Amino acid sequence: MSLKEYVLAIENLTVSFDGFKAVDDVSLYLELGKVHVIIGPNGAGKTTLLDLVCGKTKPTAGSIQFGKYELTTMAEQQIVQKGVGRKFQTPSIYPALSVYENLEVSYPRGRGVWGALAFKSDKQLVERIEEVARMIYLDDRLDVQGDLLSHGQKQWLEIGMLLMSDPRLLMLDEPVAGMSVSERDKTADLLRKICKDRSVLVIEHDMKFTRDIAHHVTVLHQGKLLAEGSMDDIESNEKVIEVYLGH
Amino acid sequence: MFKSIINKLFPDRASLMAFLTLAAVLLVVIPLFCDSFRLNMAAKYLSLAFGAIGLVICWGYGGILSLGQAAFWGVGGYCMAAFLKLEAARNIAQEQGSDQIKALTTVGLPDFMDWNQVTELPHIWYPFKSFPLTMICLLVVPGLIAYLLGTAIFKRRVNGVYFAIITQALCWLMEILFVTSQGLTGGINGITDLRTCLGWDIRTDSAYGALYFLTAILLLGCILLSKRVLHSKMGKILVAIRDMEDRVRFSGYDVSNFKIFAFAFAAVISAIGGAMFSLNVGFMSPKLVTIEPSIYMVIFCALGGRRSLIGAVYGTLIVCLGRTFLSEEFPELWMFIMGGIFILTTVVCSDGLAGLVEQHGDRILKFIKKHTRFHTWFAPLLPRLTPKKEQP
Repeated sequence: MSLKEYVLAIENLTVSFDGFKAVDDVSLYLELGKVHVIIGPNGAGKTTLLDLVCGKTKPTAGSIQFGKYELTTMAEQQIVQKGVGRKFQTPSIYPALSVYENLEVSYPRGRGVWGALAFKSDKQLVERIEEVARMIYLDDRLDVQGDLLSHGQKQWLEIGMLLMSDPRLLMLDEPVAGMSVSERDKTADLLRKICKDRSVLVIEHDMKFTRDIAHHVTVLHQGKLLAEGSMDDIESNEKVIEVYLGH
Repeated sequence: MFKSIINKLFPDRASLMAFLTLAAVLLVVIPLFCDSFRLNMAAKYLSLAFGAIGLVICWGYGGILSLGQAAFWGVGGYCMAAFLKLEAARNIAQEQGSDQIKALTTVGLPDFMDWNQVTELPHIWYPFKSFPLTMICLLVVPGLIAYLLGTAIFKRRVNGVYFAIITQALCWLMEILFVTSQGLTGGINGITDLRTCLGWDIRTDSAYGALYFLTAILLLGCILLSKRVLHSKMGKILVAIRDMEDRVRFSGYDVSNFKIFAFAFAAVISAIGGAMFSLNVGFMSPKLVTIEPSIYMVIFCALGGRRSLIGAVYGTLIVCLGRTFLSEEFPELWMFIMGGIFILTTVVCSDGLAGLVEQHGDRILKFIKKHTRFHTWFAPLLPRLTPKKEQP
């Protein structure tokens, strides 16, 4: 299999914490323009897998190939700079800053100390912020302070913050947790819009939402890959029904 | 041009008013009501306020609690004191009737070096022969210490209380270093008997006045410089790191570099204050580079409001005044009162005096308007804050 076709190629990835294998020999390939969903029961290693890709945890063995870069040896901020964005499970936005400032800080310019001191806002930045704000349904909330947003809006804002740097790979850890039904539908629309020129990796528990957005589903169980395929394949897979979906 | 700078430093009217009020208090009110002795005392307090301003940047904005700000403050002070001491030593050598002293000592060498059998000026003192080099040293050395320490700590992702403990250790180390290397630093006595700066006697009443104004203007300058930093993207990133460090890291920033910057910037600002202290007071001692003054600075900052540069100055003035007057009356009670102030601030209003003013500013203004006629004098100056009443 040629690696060049994939945005992200995870091969034989293993991480062991004191002998406990949280992720065990997992291989995964992500294509451009596709939404890839990982599902699995608690403790299956889903969040650890994201931690490994974005450099928060270092693997014991295996490789993570992102385009021509090998991510396993890179520092977190380098991985981000190469084009990998990651949304955390709990909404992680800057509560003391306004929506506008949250997006501004996430803009990939002036990332060094001196760059930040000399940073000047320009037309391009303002336009980008407005464009992203429209996408995440917050264009009329730009002046609102982060911690005054609703839970769902915070989730969108964090996705927006990632979009500011236009990443090639977007990883979302349970983006619709705690959202209302209408917010969920809007999030699904958002994901369908933004996956056009990038690859999106989502961890999810909500089966209806998964069905709405997934082009490809992977099931993890106890750190191992249990099954993968389209949503229909997964829902009819005996093993998956056994450990996760239930009869 | 001028207007755009003002707009950048003071995004809203209230912050401009707060700065102008502070400038008026420091440059007009205090000099009007203080004789030269009190003015010198105020200058001493203001020198400490630089440390509190440094803490606003690294603690209030960056979330890095440094319990060792006086270490940097003191290094700045020692650099200045070293320059003044060399000048004093040169002056003594030129004085008439000092032949006896000359015969017994090494000419032009600080007195404490003589007492410690140092007969030649140590190399480390060479930069302090020149005024410009001293200025550079007193800014660069503390900045460099902070940079190296910050790099060692933040690159390893040591944070929070562990960092605070390390800064305490730094203070302790500094004190031991200054006390034990007597021949270089004057030991436990510190560097004393500083008389002139570039030939200008710093112990006269007029010098006290001039130095007070110099300290106040430098302090206001440091506030403006800090505002420039905090209102740039740097300030927003520092706040972001304080509240959500991981998010900043996973937005492609090297978080440790920003923390190092905040820590080193605060160190440099503090050092300026230490240098002014040496000039104002005429001595520098190892008791001033250590833990106690560091804790004082944290209390100044907490009382004034740790997110307010201007509040930090008021916090310093209030605690120092309290210390001066209350410790004369009730020496044994003062420590309890100060502890009480600190606990009360932390529990009741974590944003200190600045937070109180922000919350209740309108009510305070209304109260003043109701009970005094001040506003009628200032009304032409403040059209928006105090709208003119229609006369019937």
